[in-house]
Amino acid sequence: MHTTTQNGTPFKYSSAALAEVQGLTKKYPEGRAKSAILRALHIAQEENQGWLSVAAMDEVAGVLGIKPIEVYEVASFYSMYNLSPVGKYVLEFCHTGPCAIEGAELLIEYTKLKLGIGKNQTTPDGMFTIKEVECLGACGYAPMMQVGEFYHEHLDAGKIDQFIEDCKAGKIDKGTWKMH
Amino acid sequence: MGRKLLLEHAQVPGIHTYEVYRKNGGYRSVEKALKTMSPDAVVEEVKKSGLRGRGGAGFPTGMKWSFLAKPEGVPRYLVCNADESEPGTFKDRYLMEKIPHLLIEGMITSSFALGANTSYIYIRGEYSWILFILEKAIAEAYEKGWLGKNILGSGYDLDMYVNIGAGAYICGEETALLESLEGKRGNPRIKPPFPAVKGLWQCPTVVNNVETIAAVVPIVNDGGDEYAKIGIGKSTGTKLISAGGNINKPGVYEIEMSITVEEFIYSDEWCGGIKRGKKLKACVPGGSSVPILPHYLVCKTAAGEDRLMTYESLADGGFATGSMLGSGGFIVYDEDQCIVRNTWNFARFYAHESCGQCSPCREGTGWMEKVLHRLENGAGKMSDIDLLVDVAKKIEGNTICPLGDAAAWPVSAAIRHFREEFEWHVNEPRLCMERNYGLVGETQIV
Repeated sequence: MHTTTQNGTPFKYSSAALAEVQGLTKKYPEGRAKSAILRALHIAQEENQGWLSVAAMDEVAGVLGIKPIEVYEVASFYSMYNLSPVGKYVLEFCHTGPCAIEGAELLIEYTKLKLGIGKNQTTPDGMFTIKEVECLGACGYAPMMQVGEFYHEHLDAGKIDQFIEDCKAGKIDKGTWKMH
Repeated sequence: MGRKLLLEHAQVPGIHTYEVYRKNGGYRSVEKALKTMSPDAVVEEVKKSGLRGRGGAGFPTGMKWSFLAKPEGVPRYLVCNADESEPGTFKDRYLMEKIPHLLIEGMITSSFALGANTSYIYIRGEYSWILFILEKAIAEAYEKGWLGKNILGSGYDLDMYVNIGAGAYICGEETALLESLEGKRGNPRIKPPFPAVKGLWQCPTVVNNVETIAAVVPIVNDGGDEYAKIGIGKSTGTKLISAGGNINKPGVYEIEMSITVEEFIYSDEWCGGIKRGKKLKACVPGGSSVPILPHYLVCKTAAGEDRLMTYESLADGGFATGSMLGSGGFIVYDEDQCIVRNTWNFARFYAHESCGQCSPCREGTGWMEKVLHRLENGAGKMSDIDLLVDVAKKIEGNTICPLGDAAAWPVSAAIRHFREEFEWHVNEPRLCMERNYGLVGETQIV
């Protein structure tokens, strides 16, 4: 549960993102721009180092022409929005049933010990955050985690070691929420 | 080999592109419907096919379509439910990743049948890369004239968009999905009115699962009667099953709804048997919400008949000795798995995903999670077991949406079939921290 919000530094969409968000509103009938909110928030989160500050949410409200509270109540409902700062790489491990019986819990413990952090914590160098999330729809390819846009499946300790090395070497593609 | 209607071309290289999809017979259903059929004729074929909603509820699709209100001057919408989040289920993801055009083709044909000029695909937020696969495919469809104004010169216009979620299981419930699509929290609506009368922005709306909409393609191509020839009884056609858990070959399979559960689990064509040569302990055949079956009720019904991969056979015996086909999220447990731990895990899932609107669900799911957690960790009391049954009973049927039922069923089913294992957790607080109870009905403790 997200319980706190933080103001953060001033936030404005980049001009490309602003154009994209304004374009999104065209997918809905007139006066229904609010429907673009979820994607608009994903884009804002990406442009705000992976989390939604009050400043970022206010920007979304302004662009969509809705009240800030309408954005806060949505942002606090959905689990993919981070309402406090996160690391550069957010490791979102699935720990629901099918992943759990294929060893997800042990793997999460292993990763926590390796990085020296608990869930929802970030390493001191700001590189990694661990989140435990519910079923991501990869039950046949368990255990797995999501990092940015992509899934990493059939994981084991060795693959976690390699993944962390690759992150440090800047070799991991997190993808982007912006137009492909 | 069974017939494949949806995944027939799934392994063709490049099938995600328009050219390859079209070369393999893609978009024929749109041509047929728009050029030779009336919208009502398409609905009629879907009715004849016996197609039932593939998202979990199994409601007849043709009937759902016929409920759609058609007031003059009010737009109607088709919304595709691609918010696949039921634990154990990953079939829609496979279909959208591999053959995005099949969904888009089904959307066009279905939208035509319903008289919708705008349709939306609502996809879960975590499937973010699939959002872009779909948008690319939609752009191709526009470019080739399958979307937009006056499609194939028929005078029919259709726009299609993808809307992305942001992490909320509840948005798979159709009215929560519509709330979310309107840019709000995913709180389910009180019904009636049903979406068919007042749905998206208070306009008549049909919400269908990805697989349901994709199935409209072969139904229109070959006719509803042809589709209905596959399967048994009211389980017509093929079904995508996503198999996971302790099996040798997890993955997504398209089955004719006539094979036996035993074949599905043990045949090399499907799951390939239990991993590491272990024994089967239990199975959740239709996603985490449906009742768990102990090993002796998985392949045979209580009456001793072969259990089939159909809506009716999996439900044979009611909740006392049966389960449900549900979403087709097929989870297999081997003898080493702990039922109490698994039940706690699912309870935690539902507690996390409850939207909080209805007290029985908001309070009850969290309560069950806490009680199961202490049982699993050797701190439970014998009275906790009946307490769980009681809480589950008080959630069931007392909430706006079926999430309450979905949270209650796995708990009551686990206790119904595995009560001894729960008792063992109370009686052996130390042992249950170290090892599992093993197979029910056999003396051996793993």
